[in-house]
Amino acid sequence: MPSVKIPRKSTDTDMTPFVDVAFLILAFFIMATKFKPPAPVEITTPKSVSTEILPENDAILVELDNTGRVFFSMLADNNPEAKYKVISNLNQTRNLGLTEAEMQNFKKTVGVGVPFNQLKSLLSTPADKHKDVKQPGIPITDSLTNELYYWVRDAHNAMAGRTIHYMIKADNNAKYPHFKRVLEAFKRNDILKFKLVTTPEEPPTGSPLYKTRLKK
Amino acid sequence: MASIDTGGGDSGGHKKGRGVKKAKKLSTRVDMTPMVDLGFLLITFFIFTATMSSPAAMKLNMPKDTDKPEEQNKAKESGALTIMLGKGDQVYYYEGQLAPDGSNFKSTNFKGIRDVILDKKRRTPEDDLVIVIKPNDDATYKNTVDILDEMTIAEIKRFALVDITPQENEVVIATQTANGIR
Repeated sequence: MPSVKIPRKSTDTDMTPFVDVAFLILAFFIMATKFKPPAPVEITTPKSVSTEILPENDAILVELDNTGRVFFSMLADNNPEAKYKVISNLNQTRNLGLTEAEMQNFKKTVGVGVPFNQLKSLLSTPADKHKDVKQPGIPITDSLTNELYYWVRDAHNAMAGRTIHYMIKADNNAKYPHFKRVLEAFKRNDILKFKLVTTPEEPPTGSPLYKTRLKK
Repeated sequence: MASIDTGGGDSGGHKKGRGVKKAKKLSTRVDMTPMVDLGFLLITFFIFTATMSSPAAMKLNMPKDTDKPEEQNKAKESGALTIMLGKGDQVYYYEGQLAPDGSNFKSTNFKGIRDVILDKKRRTPEDDLVIVIKPNDDATYKNTVDILDEMTIAEIKRFALVDITPQENEVVIATQTANGIR
């Protein structure tokens, strides 16, 4: 019986287009990824229909976690001297006894969440080790010990002449009284306009806002 | 693969002389597998780390605390809606002034409050409408943002976040106990 010879086809497929697409996707993700800035605490923000983009500079950020700890950060990458002014001013007015190196270290610090009497020990550790330090939060309990007030006041003065944004980033499960005391620290500085950090969501269908946005 | 056989054996082709070894033609094909592996590894890494939804800012303007009555904003009783936030994501509200016997004090939740606000908005002239938000000590930050968000959703122009009065707090706590909310 004459056997029919089936030509053996190569099992190799040309992977070039596949690889091309893969690297295209890779390039896209490398471009699109913006790394989260290091945060002192993990905070899940509530959702809102707001769409405004958060400022990245000239801003004071107060973070409040679910246990009521308060962290203070200054977003002033374009103006690092402002951070130095704040800490040197606090050093003088509160007699913190910080060394020059410790004050320089504050410039690299992301968020501070310690009372003034523990600030020296926090700043004596390098800035990249701060996340390992257990920070109890800035005391805000009553108006006498509301240290956030001084932080806000000095930061406000150090960035004078610029439009400063006051941002509050609080956790879903943070209690309202804590939030109220944070607001009070700002209000005592005559700061009444805030930006609350939220995760965006769509407005519910049929609501007035939904209709307005549809018209645009 | 199709390739032109250029490297003839020692027996065939032209001779280059004895003892001269022919250089073997190496294939120009490179094994791309490790590169592709690495490529996909990076893709998965960037997909996981990508923060697609960047946070948004919600504006909050607070009224200035003042003791002088002439500086305080006046609200018409007919246009006022007071919303109180309590424990367990519960919302309480009343229109105008709180009746001494608490008869106009009603409770609802975050789903129901939207209709209440929209209903009030429909019934009231725009200039008279003021919504007062009073979270009590048991309310969470999420509740506060949610109710502020309802203001944006319903496009309420005038609203204020103020402290709850002791009388109102008492009614809220009494209602909570009666409804069995812990």
